[in-house]
Amino acid sequence: MIRALASLIRRDLKLGVRAGGSLGTAFVFFLAIAMVVPFAVGPDLDVLARIGGGMIWVAALLSSLLGLDRIFGADAEDGGLDLLLLAPLPLEAVVAAKGIAHWLITGLSIALAVPLFGILLGLNATTVAAAAVLLLIGTPAITSFGLIGAALAVALPRSGMLTAVLILPFTIPVLIFGSAATQSIAAGEYFGTPVKLLLAVALFSFVIGPVAAAAALRIGRET
Amino acid sequence: MRLTASGISCVRGGRALYDGLSFSLSNGELLLLTGPNGSGKTSLLRQIAGLLPLDAGSIVFEGGERSEETHFVGHASAVKDALTVSENLSFWCDLYGSSGALKGAALSKLRLAPLAPLPGRVLSAGQKRRLALARLVAIRRTLWLLDEPDAALDAEGRATLLEIIAGHRARGGMAIVSSHTTLNVAPSQAIALGESKETVAA
Repeated sequence: MIRALASLIRRDLKLGVRAGGSLGTAFVFFLAIAMVVPFAVGPDLDVLARIGGGMIWVAALLSSLLGLDRIFGADAEDGGLDLLLLAPLPLEAVVAAKGIAHWLITGLSIALAVPLFGILLGLNATTVAAAAVLLLIGTPAITSFGLIGAALAVALPRSGMLTAVLILPFTIPVLIFGSAATQSIAAGEYFGTPVKLLLAVALFSFVIGPVAAAAALRIGRET
Repeated sequence: MRLTASGISCVRGGRALYDGLSFSLSNGELLLLTGPNGSGKTSLLRQIAGLLPLDAGSIVFEGGERSEETHFVGHASAVKDALTVSENLSFWCDLYGSSGALKGAALSKLRLAPLAPLPGRVLSAGQKRRLALARLVAIRRTLWLLDEPDAALDAEGRATLLEIIAGHRARGGMAIVSSHTTLNVAPSQAIALGESKETVAA
């Protein structure tokens, strides 16, 4: 079973990396937001430093929503989803494996792009380091919630916008606690509470995401 | 292994496609489903695979687990454009818990060996179909559910298809094949699904 799931992750990574894949989309979109923010709010470094931590999280959330509908959409179109459903594996594990592959291509690249984001906005090293580490907790949570929206929307063609709208409310706690923790660390204040709550939300999402998405896929196929 | 369906029904969009359908299949047997478009051939195969719920009746597998023993080849060939022919097949071997030892044999059987390093996007519809059928040879399973497997195949491809189905039955395998053309598979049983006549309350 481990071999089958590893093979699924490897395949989805290959699909993401090769021509027509989604590698780089989230990365570029994330940095594009960093690039346009100073044009909108002005080049005042004090202002940018104050809003920088929050902007990283807004940008990370929006970039993570890109391409969520393709997690299952691409397989549904070519008939592969039926074969994934019929494979002698727990569907929850199949869904989780697809989520991991998606996160490695989007969420991880976003976390790795944070230093560049920091340079573009002139943020200090503490904020950048805090945000990068916290995004490694926050972006898997966003992907995990995203699996539910992606699975629900699989029966509908071109449902990218629907997926984003469906899961946005679930990702708000990630945004609140992630952003609060980043700003507390940057300000040198006590940051234990928001970090713990971010971890709690992430753990909750890891449990509920694959189970709910698998249930949604089963129902979606049966109609 | 034995597959028994008793009194199964399917209602799609408020129409009863079939009602009270019963059949039984054992090793080496082939059930041919015929009927015009929209008569429920695909729905019946999806019900047997477990992709669609039964509206009535039951399907029983004796001597095996459905998820361990079934192959489903639907209309779509499930070929990824960005993966090579070989990678496409290897992936399904891994996912279905097959060692991949028969992979090479499957590719040459379906005349795909020269195409193995090419990406899926350059394949024609018939070649994609042959790649989908290569799964049947590469991964050993008892029950084959084939939904119009000869679609897009040329004469030689159709002959290969008949050959692998015959080989499968000779090894004690079972198959349920739908076709709206004249596919000469020497069925041991046949069900002709007709146009649905009655409309039931949704």
